[in-house]
Amino acid sequence: MRKIAALILALALALSVSACTIERVEEDGGNSSTAGNGKPAGGRQVTVYSWGEYIDESLIDEFEAQTGITVNYRTVPSNEELYSQLQQGAISPDVIVPSDYMISQLIEEDWLQPLDYSKIPNFDKIADRFKNLSYDPENLYTVPYTWGTLGIIYNTTMVDEPITSWSAMFDDTAAGNVILIDNSRDAFGMALRYLGYSVNTTDENEIREAAALVADAWSKGVYQGKTMDGIFQIMEGGNAAIGTYYAGDFLSMYENNPDLAYVIPEEGSNWFVDAMCILKNAKNVDEAHEWINFIASTDANLRNMDYIWYASPNEEALEKYPAWYEEQYGEPLDQELYEIMAAPQEVLDRCESYLVLPQDIRQLYNELWIELSAA
Amino acid sequence: MKKERRLGSRIFMGLIFLFLYAPILLMIVFSFNDGNSNVVWQGFSLRWYEQLFHDRAIIQSVYTTLLVSALATVIATIAGTFAAVGFYSMRRRTRSMLLNVNNIPMMNADIVTGVSLCMLFVAVFGLWNEFAVNYRVIINLFGTKYRITFPELSLGFGTMLIAHITFNIPYVILSVGPKLRQMDHNLVDAARDLGCTWMRAFFKVILPEIKTGIVSGALIAFTMSVDDFVISYFTAGSSVSTLAMEIYSMARKKVTPEINAVSTLLFLVVLFLLVAVNLREARQAKAQARRNYGTVHHGAGSRART
Amino acid sequence: MKTSRSLLAAPYVLWMALFVVAPIVVVVIYAFTSAGVTAAEVGDFTWSNFTGMGIYLPIFTRSFQLALIATVICLLIGYPLAYAMAKEGPGFQRTATVLIMLPMWVNFLLRTYAWMAILENNGLLNQFFQSVGLIDLVNHILGTDMAYFRMIRTQGAVVLGMVYNYLPFMVLPIYSVIIKLDHSLLEAARDLGADSTGVFRRVIFPLSLPGILSGVTMVFVPSVSTFAISQLLGGGTHMLLGNLIELQFLGGAYSPHLGSAIALVMMVIVVICMWIMNRFGEGEEQAVVL
Repeated sequence: MRKIAALILALALALSVSACTIERVEEDGGNSSTAGNGKPAGGRQVTVYSWGEYIDESLIDEFEAQTGITVNYRTVPSNEELYSQLQQGAISPDVIVPSDYMISQLIEEDWLQPLDYSKIPNFDKIADRFKNLSYDPENLYTVPYTWGTLGIIYNTTMVDEPITSWSAMFDDTAAGNVILIDNSRDAFGMALRYLGYSVNTTDENEIREAAALVADAWSKGVYQGKTMDGIFQIMEGGNAAIGTYYAGDFLSMYENNPDLAYVIPEEGSNWFVDAMCILKNAKNVDEAHEWINFIASTDANLRNMDYIWYASPNEEALEKYPAWYEEQYGEPLDQELYEIMAAPQEVLDRCESYLVLPQDIRQLYNELWIELSAA
Repeated sequence: MKKERRLGSRIFMGLIFLFLYAPILLMIVFSFNDGNSNVVWQGFSLRWYEQLFHDRAIIQSVYTTLLVSALATVIATIAGTFAAVGFYSMRRRTRSMLLNVNNIPMMNADIVTGVSLCMLFVAVFGLWNEFAVNYRVIINLFGTKYRITFPELSLGFGTMLIAHITFNIPYVILSVGPKLRQMDHNLVDAARDLGCTWMRAFFKVILPEIKTGIVSGALIAFTMSVDDFVISYFTAGSSVSTLAMEIYSMARKKVTPEINAVSTLLFLVVLFLLVAVNLREARQAKAQARRNYGTVHHGAGSRART
Repeated sequence: MKTSRSLLAAPYVLWMALFVVAPIVVVVIYAFTSAGVTAAEVGDFTWSNFTGMGIYLPIFTRSFQLALIATVICLLIGYPLAYAMAKEGPGFQRTATVLIMLPMWVNFLLRTYAWMAILENNGLLNQFFQSVGLIDLVNHILGTDMAYFRMIRTQGAVVLGMVYNYLPFMVLPIYSVIIKLDHSLLEAARDLGADSTGVFRRVIFPLSLPGILSGVTMVFVPSVSTFAISQLLGGGTHMLLGNLIELQFLGGAYSPHLGSAIALVMMVIVVICMWIMNRFGEGEEQAVVL
């Protein structure tokens, strides 16, 4: 018996000791040798959290080959889930790619660290119109990754006439054939636009009215399902007629199903910027900067744009893309598709970007959102 | 009459097995599909198998799954066996109380186990990290100063392993327990009286008696670990992911048919192992039956089947 | 001597205190407190997490309803299956048990995902129905104009997912009880003049009750708390308790205090259900094990 106790004790001791780092302190104060398992030698790594279908994966391999840094690339479905998982402490990323309004919230709550732009020379290539935006007015924390619009995706063979209004998301003409987007900000945002309100309203009545509109459509059985990236499979397979999603993802679906069409409704919509940030408690800050600089390069932006169909904020890449496409595929890029990807200014003028909402309004969004799903 | 009924029951069984295996067959068939659809057949190809071996994320997740399951099974089996032996030498009251606590992870919903462990780890790590960042020990050893820094902790493989061990041990205890109960305790006492040390008595007397319980406990533990998603999902953090977590995040967008390929491979390996084990067992059983035939033959024939 | 042997359990008792009891204590603490100033702290004692739970009543009822339906279906399929298996010869039995266990080695999410492809509106089952003319027939009879049967993203699909995934948990315990029945008892009943239905009703069924009870527990508990099955097959429109809890921790509406309260209430209801059920007979502990 005593032997077993001693064994367990020894095991516990060994475990706790092996977890510590022991450094010899030199008389002049410097450190020389390390023992235990601190940072493994040569094991440079970086943990990146992004969205699904949001990178040309060959870029990851290339970055690893170039730098010797191992990339731990993970995805979460939405800004809200990213925020929950950070709050819960369930994940510990170095780099994240949230959208504008979530970035302001994270800055406000002191989650992010200021970037060292001297380590990100490619930041200079970002177009000026994507710098110093309202979510990061002095541009201390972010390097834009992509930008785009939210709109309606529909299957032209399954609807009678082209869709022009958000009403398609709430009417019961296509009942049971509509897919609702699975995050409160976008779902209530489109309802707010439809009702003629701002997506950034803090008027509780307006928000409740918008939520009621969605809830009403819900109870009438308009929605077949509620999903984020699940919409790829549903729309590509012709399993639903109408859905709300992002321009870039529409283009990916369109590649697999040419019956699909995309429209930014006449009431206007949301346009967004997703940007790369480093968390305050990131463990691999240098590696994170290297990653951001690599992704911000013109070559990476071109390849990403080609793969995920989201517009790049890199001026050079954005201009070069049609020519680059022709060179790659031997045929010119359809101007219409290019304009869906990189919406021209007059379209953006019809759209609003999301601003961070005050805490109590966020709470209201959450409550209304859960109430909706409870019904 | 009786034949008909047997036929009916076999058809019923066949239908149920069809229900159980239809999705698996589908997965196997579409792992050889040339296209990336799970619905439309576009010709035979091995491309997903080829791509699979270049997909580091999936390979890594398979490795993580097998490693965490194997480690958790080994640790849970050893710890569970000792714990069961301990439990069954306690007074009845204490034992039944402890067994009730032991049943909690089994009876509790996975999501509650997962969420509660996640919260515990996060809370403890929060406290620990605050301490680790601010507190450094400097010790003076033979004139040289050493500084000991404590590592910051976060969710990862270790926490997931702890969670797996926690939900595996009850299954081991549950399958070892009944064997201990059936065992003739006088045997142990006899061995001790004859001068066996406690350890020797354990290995020579107890272990052979409960061996089948241990094996089936380990098997169940491994199955549960491989099949688990929810508890891993809440305790794995961001540095590791199991195959199930990989599938979940894909199933919410596009699942690459590589997943079909990897699952087909795993399924075939398990199938092969099971068939091999079962053939061996069946052969042994037959041999045993033949050997026993002589003795049983003269004995009470009516109890041949029990 | 015995005491020293019982010390063998000491490490595990410590382990249970740390990783079984302590987490539940944490859940209880969170359930009865408000959010703290920082994420790491908890606030003051409050009942508000429970009092505001009324709006989730539909989710509670839906979860228990669907789980109950799934459990009943599992029992209705699982019992005859276990019974039929037990009547076969030993070789057949061995194969059948293995066949029931085998799917569990393919992770349940993958099998559930495969069902998505089967049940989709343009999925395999609908294509099959189309090709045999079933859909046209139904349209003709009902005067409707369906291009497919709506199966995925319905409550029915969620129940199917539960039945499919948890059926083995019903079959195995029942089977292992039936197989251990003392045949002399059955013979005695027959000798005393019971016909085969009588034997089943008066002897076999009551004796297999422990297996049924543990089967019911093992199907009901995971069904009532699942979030992956309802997420994938229910299409997010039929939220269950598991989804609600997940939403508060890793999902889109972070609120661990409310999430803990909901988890606690679910746990208590499940325990009460089990307690009531166990009054009908003691669940067979070892029935889980083959």
